[in-house]
Amino acid sequence: MPRSALTGTRIRERRTVLGMRQAELARRAGISPSYLNLIEHNRRRIGGKLLVELARHLGVEASALTEGAGAALIETLREAAAGQEGAAAEIDRLEEFAGRFPGWAALLAARHRRVRELERTVEMLTDRMTHDPFLSTSLHEVISAVTSIRSTAAILAETEDIDPDWQRRFHRNLSDDSRRLAEGAQALVAYLDEGADDPGTQSSPQEEVEAYLRARDYHLPELERALPPEPARLVGEAAELTSAPARELALGFLRRYRRDAELMPLDAFAEAARAERLDPGRLAARFGVDPGAVFRRLAALPRAAAGGPVGLVTCDGSGTLTFRKPVEGFALPRFGAACPLWPLYQALARPMAPLRAVVELGGPVPQRFLTYALCQPALAGGFDGPQVLEAAMLILPEETVPAPEGRGQPIGTSCRICPRRGCVARREPSILADGF
Amino acid sequence: MGKHVLLIEDEPNIIEAIRFILSREGWRVDTHSDGTTAFGRVAEVRPDIVILDVMLPGRSGFDILRDIRADTGLGALPVLMLTAKGQVKDREMAERMGASRFMAKPFSNTEVLASVRELTGA
Repeated sequence: MPRSALTGTRIRERRTVLGMRQAELARRAGISPSYLNLIEHNRRRIGGKLLVELARHLGVEASALTEGAGAALIETLREAAAGQEGAAAEIDRLEEFAGRFPGWAALLAARHRRVRELERTVEMLTDRMTHDPFLSTSLHEVISAVTSIRSTAAILAETEDIDPDWQRRFHRNLSDDSRRLAEGAQALVAYLDEGADDPGTQSSPQEEVEAYLRARDYHLPELERALPPEPARLVGEAAELTSAPARELALGFLRRYRRDAELMPLDAFAEAARAERLDPGRLAARFGVDPGAVFRRLAALPRAAAGGPVGLVTCDGSGTLTFRKPVEGFALPRFGAACPLWPLYQALARPMAPLRAVVELGGPVPQRFLTYALCQPALAGGFDGPQVLEAAMLILPEETVPAPEGRGQPIGTSCRICPRRGCVARREPSILADGF
Repeated sequence: MGKHVLLIEDEPNIIEAIRFILSREGWRVDTHSDGTTAFGRVAEVRPDIVILDVMLPGRSGFDILRDIRADTGLGALPVLMLTAKGQVKDREMAERMGASRFMAKPFSNTEVLASVRELTGA
């Protein structure tokens, strides 16, 4: 390890940086210039009093001359460079860099540690993001900041002859982005902590059922056959359904699926659906069934048969979401309540009144969807028994069925992550507005 | 092949960083931040390569890509897609719509440079 041998080199470098002549330093330290020259070329080992004396005149700690920049700092910088092929060529000059510009080096190392920390957080959150549409919008902010920091830090690390104006600008950008990142990360952590406290968020029976259906793309070919297997057998065979409540929920779902499939056989229904451009009213009339059943059947069509993705969300009389089949761009909250402006809730407030509405999801890229919503009472407890309401909303992206011209009703996913300002229906502040 | 890139991205600090690294390599870098008018800008500027972010204000990068691919004059233009979501479905979507390459944020500068070089043969 040549590290100790480099003490002389460091003395020379430091002296050069200060613009001090060799003779001058030698005089101050009380040695001859030729002796200093030998030291500077690593041909004399020095230590003790002389080293302390030289360090004092060079304005650094003696340890900075013997050990160079801290080993930990060098390690961190080496790591920072490891992911950047461009810097690999200069890895041999790393120590020189850290020794000559200890302040910049420490800053860069701190930036790298921060980026690494945040990348780990982002990685962890990405896993959750795939399951939780709540997070994707806020994560986008965090990732943008990380991207900018990574790119900017690499420029500062790899560009030797960077113009001072640019350097200042990039440092300012780093500082702004890291603040933005810290705030965004804090807001996310606070949000996730809250979610984790809710026992229903980890894996509820409903989530197990949704995982089961998602894995099959919401279409169950076994139940489309003329002589289908018993739903109970399918439930027993499903690895995703681990808890008894989840199996019970799934059983109810599969029985209803089977009834719908009998009333609306797949091939005939798919053909009719295309002919009627997925209009649930006309389809209900054709097959002599209630529109709610048509909603479910449309959502169970294979994507190709429907002409594109079809989303469906249902809720009970309390507004709690009971079924979720999301489509790209229309996030359905995994827990907590949804946007009160959804046609789903308007339908819930007016049972049996059909509602067809174009909605527009907020966000950086507004997206339009055609929705059909309807609330129907179930009278399972007899005609005079308690009336159980179920509202459903069919969600059709433009690639499936083009939405009519005109402005859509502005809606969101859930207040917490909705960027719309001045919304009259807002229930709680958005972490986007406050956090970023 | 010339060395003219159009960067369609809305994060000012990312724009600054990419502009810096490409300019140093001798690229002429034009930038555009608004999704709704981005396609018009591509048609007007006629760059050698487009770097296109997926999440843009006003219009999605995928929609802009679709317009580029549908255009007879621009159809063969190399397009490097950037996205904050490295998810499989975004990647699939980008491939389906004909992106020349797909890069997840946070990207490394060298990756961007190498991709731009390869895609243009510069």
